[in-house]
Amino acid sequence: MPDANRSTAASAAVEDRQLYLDGVTVSFDGFKALNDLSLVVAKGELRSIIGPNGAGKTTLMDVVTGKTRPDSGRAFFAGDVDLTRLDEAAIATLGIGRKFQKPTVFENLSVFENLELALSGPRGAWATLFAQLAPPEAERIDAMLERIGLEDRRAVPAGALSHGQKQWLEIGMLLMQEPQLLLLDEPVAGMTDRETEETAKLVLSLAGQHTVVVVEHDMEFVRALGARVTVLHEGRVLAEGSIDHVQNDPRVVEVYLGR
Amino acid sequence: MNPLKRFVLSGLIWLLPATGLAQDLAALLAGLADADPKPAIEALLKSDDAKSKAALTALAEGRLFKRLADGAVVSAEKDGPMYVVTNAASGEIEDMAKEEELEPIGLDDDAKALLAHLGTAPADRKEAPLDFAGAVNALNAESFSEKAKAIERLTQLGDGRAVPVLQALADGRLFTRRGDGALVIGDRAGNDLRLTAATTLERGDVVKPGAIEPVVINNNLRNVVREAVGRLGLVSPDAAARRNAADALIGAATPEAVTLLREAAAKEKDRAARAAMMLAIAASDLNGADKALRLAALDVLSASTDLRVRSLLQARLAAETDPEIKVALDKAFAGVQRKLMVIGVAENLFQGVSLGSVLLLAAIGLAITFGVMGVINMAHGEMIMLGAYTTFVVQELFRAWMPPSWFDYYLLYAIPAGFAAAGLAGIALERSVIRFLYGRPLETLLATWGISLVLQQLVRTLFGAPNKEVANPAWMTGGFELTGGFLVVYNRLYIVVFCFIVLAAIAVILRHTTFGLNMRAVTQNRDMASAMGIRAGRVDMLTFGLGSGVAGMAGVALSQIGNVSPNLGQIYIVDSFMVVVFGGVGNLFGTLIGAMTLGVANKLLEPFAGAVLGKIAVLVAIILFIQKRPRGLFALKGRAVEA
Amino acid sequence: MTPLTFRLARLLDARGWAAFAAIAVAAAMVVPLLNTALPAGHPLRLPDYMVPLLGKYVCYAILALALDLCWGYAGILSLGHGAFFALGGYCMGMYLMRQIGTRGVYGHPVLPDFMVFLNWKELPAYWYGFDMFWYALLMVVLVPGALAFVFGFLAFRSRVTGVYLSIITQALTFAMMLGFFRNNFGFGGNNGLTDFKELLGFDVQARSTRIGLYVASVLALALAFLACRFVVTSKLGRVMLALRDAESRVRFLGYSVTSAKLFAFTLSAMLAGVAGALYVPQVGIINPSEFSPANSIEVAIWVAVGGRGTLVGAVLGAFLVNFAKTWLTGAAPEVWLFFLGALFIGVTLFLPRGLAGLAGQWRAGLGAAFRRRPGAVEARDA
Repeated sequence: MPDANRSTAASAAVEDRQLYLDGVTVSFDGFKALNDLSLVVAKGELRSIIGPNGAGKTTLMDVVTGKTRPDSGRAFFAGDVDLTRLDEAAIATLGIGRKFQKPTVFENLSVFENLELALSGPRGAWATLFAQLAPPEAERIDAMLERIGLEDRRAVPAGALSHGQKQWLEIGMLLMQEPQLLLLDEPVAGMTDRETEETAKLVLSLAGQHTVVVVEHDMEFVRALGARVTVLHEGRVLAEGSIDHVQNDPRVVEVYLGR
Repeated sequence: MNPLKRFVLSGLIWLLPATGLAQDLAALLAGLADADPKPAIEALLKSDDAKSKAALTALAEGRLFKRLADGAVVSAEKDGPMYVVTNAASGEIEDMAKEEELEPIGLDDDAKALLAHLGTAPADRKEAPLDFAGAVNALNAESFSEKAKAIERLTQLGDGRAVPVLQALADGRLFTRRGDGALVIGDRAGNDLRLTAATTLERGDVVKPGAIEPVVINNNLRNVVREAVGRLGLVSPDAAARRNAADALIGAATPEAVTLLREAAAKEKDRAARAAMMLAIAASDLNGADKALRLAALDVLSASTDLRVRSLLQARLAAETDPEIKVALDKAFAGVQRKLMVIGVAENLFQGVSLGSVLLLAAIGLAITFGVMGVINMAHGEMIMLGAYTTFVVQELFRAWMPPSWFDYYLLYAIPAGFAAAGLAGIALERSVIRFLYGRPLETLLATWGISLVLQQLVRTLFGAPNKEVANPAWMTGGFELTGGFLVVYNRLYIVVFCFIVLAAIAVILRHTTFGLNMRAVTQNRDMASAMGIRAGRVDMLTFGLGSGVAGMAGVALSQIGNVSPNLGQIYIVDSFMVVVFGGVGNLFGTLIGAMTLGVANKLLEPFAGAVLGKIAVLVAIILFIQKRPRGLFALKGRAVEA
Repeated sequence: MTPLTFRLARLLDARGWAAFAAIAVAAAMVVPLLNTALPAGHPLRLPDYMVPLLGKYVCYAILALALDLCWGYAGILSLGHGAFFALGGYCMGMYLMRQIGTRGVYGHPVLPDFMVFLNWKELPAYWYGFDMFWYALLMVVLVPGALAFVFGFLAFRSRVTGVYLSIITQALTFAMMLGFFRNNFGFGGNNGLTDFKELLGFDVQARSTRIGLYVASVLALALAFLACRFVVTSKLGRVMLALRDAESRVRFLGYSVTSAKLFAFTLSAMLAGVAGALYVPQVGIINPSEFSPANSIEVAIWVAVGGRGTLVGAVLGAFLVNFAKTWLTGAAPEVWLFFLGALFIGVTLFLPRGLAGLAGQWRAGLGAAFRRRPGAVEARDA
């Protein structure tokens, strides 16, 4: 339903848009990972993105975070900031946090240090050389440790954490950045059922404070989030709406057998 | 000087103390530079050896000088604007010197009188009639002027056998054998020389270079020889020989030779030989008096691309007074100049392609190990070195065990041997060290550097530090002239061809064999390949062996264009890495383009910037290029690369 | 206490400071005492030639620290650190050349001997100012620093990493070597700069000057150690470690990977320059062979032997390997390269964390020493 999508984009007031992709195309050696994709996410919204393998979900995140430059089209953040002109660090500083598909934490640093690096604050080389951890900042880290349930593992090297714990630590690091927009790439991949439940709770608690975009395969998880769903297929938006709505869409059923 | 005085002086010589005889030649010669050289001259006259006589002859002919820098007495002959300085005592060429660096040894009348005795003896000898052998032996005269006379006499005999002897003299291949002093022609056979008796042209033994001493000549003599060979060759039954003879006479023909040339050209049927003759005649006509003839000559000359023609035209241009001829000269010179420039660029291109193919050979193996396997092998250069030493060993084996007629084919055996030796070394390396370091590229780099140090030192211990010489087989020596002055050397040409054969073979192995398929499978997805039953470890081992083996073949090729030394590989390793990095990893076509670009860029920059600055410029350009294209010219794109 | 002094005090713990002070003072005092206070012929007397030799090791230790900062912490394996070392050395060498004055062979008041020999009429502009010690000192730091900054900026901005970076740093030092071999570069070509006479008015050959240079080197090493310690214990140090683990995560956290790497690389190059500057007056010569790629890669093995990622390890490694080199090249020269090669292979295969890592393992219990090393850190170096 790309047309419907465009009309949503047009109808949302510019200042209410958190993220607006306009006709983004990315190709790798002739293969179009994103094909004239347009998408709008409103401020404070929780959005799930699903789609079969190769639908362009990860590439979409790459474009938003500045890792990949689109061949054409533009991506706007918080109204009118053009993300396609900025590099990763600048985009991160703007307030976009990203969790990778594979958990990426600093394995040789302790859990505490991982969160300390994520802490919002000056990022320059000189500033970090002379930086000191102020007591309120330490308290914020402690609070986050509690929130992600890792308070008793603070001094452990992150490499020693379990897979689920690493996922949480990574989400914790994102939250330390105090981002406006959170991009979560398969946050529950490889988690146990109990961990998945916990994560769903955590993500739901974020909605409202942050705009959150979740890319997931796990339909139970998507259902648990209960958010608006966008279905990607071959680099385009195939359908958009509630989970029940898209699961009943015959085109979605055809390309993507939902579980 | 009256006879009485002369008598008195010569009497004095006999009265000199006997110690004078014991003085060595060098000291006596030094005495010639004294304010009064007479005692030294007298002492020299008394001593009976050939060297003293030669020195006195030189003195009498005004060829003896005092070198201002160190005061030594040297013999010197004018050669172009410079003097060739010969150690008067040993007869060896020492140096070149400018005129102002030498001071002639002046002689007063008394001294001249002393020397007058000398002139008579050689004069008698000259009259003796000469047979071929005698004429050849006369070439080993002491002074350049004597040698010139000997060449003239040998030429006048009109004996065709003189051609190879004179050619050898011009090429520096004519020697005297230590011991019996016989004149021999020496041809390179590996580190040794195969001798041919100059007087009979019969094949002789193979000797070490130390056993013979070259007959030295200078550039003027070379011209004399060339002219002589030309005159002898014009009557040869072989068209190619006639052509070469005419060619040798371009700009160097004496009036007699021109007469011969005209006669020969009139009868000549062979087109190339005739063209060469016409060119030689034109070159001579240009300096003649007949204006029509000169203009016609310019017409012929303007089509030439011979460097000698260019300098001839240039010299004429400076001296010419006739305005009409001057205009024609200008045009002819510009035409020749333009053609030569094109040839110069073509020559640089060939050299660049030649260097490029050497780099390509060195880099293909690296492209396999680095590109396909992601392994940085700093010992890659040593694999090249092993291949070169294998060639040396094969050569020595052939020399020791095989009939001499087989020697020319040793290289054909060295290629597989070099491949096998380096390939096995590579496999051993992969199994013992590298396989434990997959996924840790920086540590692989350090460990393989260590291996390279060990291999270098090992070879140094086994073979010794000095360079080893590997001989070119006969079919790889020499070259042919494509067009005026553009010489294509066989060994370079064969290496270019060889390199493309190797590249094609690798491409076929990678694309069309099971091994190649397995290799690509393991490269792209190791786990998946293993799951499908491909033994990844075995593929790694063979891939590494292949890459190293190709490096070994590169070593075989390199042994043909330079010396073989333990640090041979180090010379090429940085450049090979640059090729792979520039061309893009994991792409044979990229390697080809990278190698050729680097080779040609190096050679094209050389004339402007010099070899070293050219190289620096290329390195800096690559460093800058990497900033723009961090993954090389032909990089893989997409998500797979980022992982 | 201001925050900065507080951090300085916390660079080492109490035992660490005590050990640091004890070693620094001992190193600075014992050598001069053994050399001067003991009578000639005493078994413990340090012969005169040993003082500059030990001074040379200290300079190498500074160089090793510099490389460790950039390789062990920021994950940048530079194979061109010899170039920065040599540049610092050349800057000092230029000062020493200008100090020769009319005592050169040709007695020219301004031009060094090699320029007179090459028939140069005046001093090239880039030699101006090197007659002043402070200017030379400034250049010792600025020249390598500027080169590293420009080179690093270009390389890191384009995300040239891992072995690619190693190879182009090697090409850099190789290109510089070719350049410095040329006479018309104005640095003495093949022969380099030598025949020094005076440093700040002291005879460079005198025993007292050599002891002074040795003590200065020890102090420089101590300061360099503290400076590196300051960097690696800072938040920036943690950013460096973090980008070695997961470079893209660092980027997505909003840090500029380019500037963190550039800082480490440039500071490291400056330290290498200081090491080179102290090295030259002690060995009495600087020539283009210092730029040879083999020299630079040898530094990496000092660091690897001692244990990269630990500052003490780098210092220790530099001393051990160079002691071995001096001893072996004297006792059995042909064995040295075998030994060095074996060291490269052995350390990477069996001792990836070096001697410092081994010590750590022993402390953690002998059993751990035989456990297979986790390859996580190394795997991410690329």
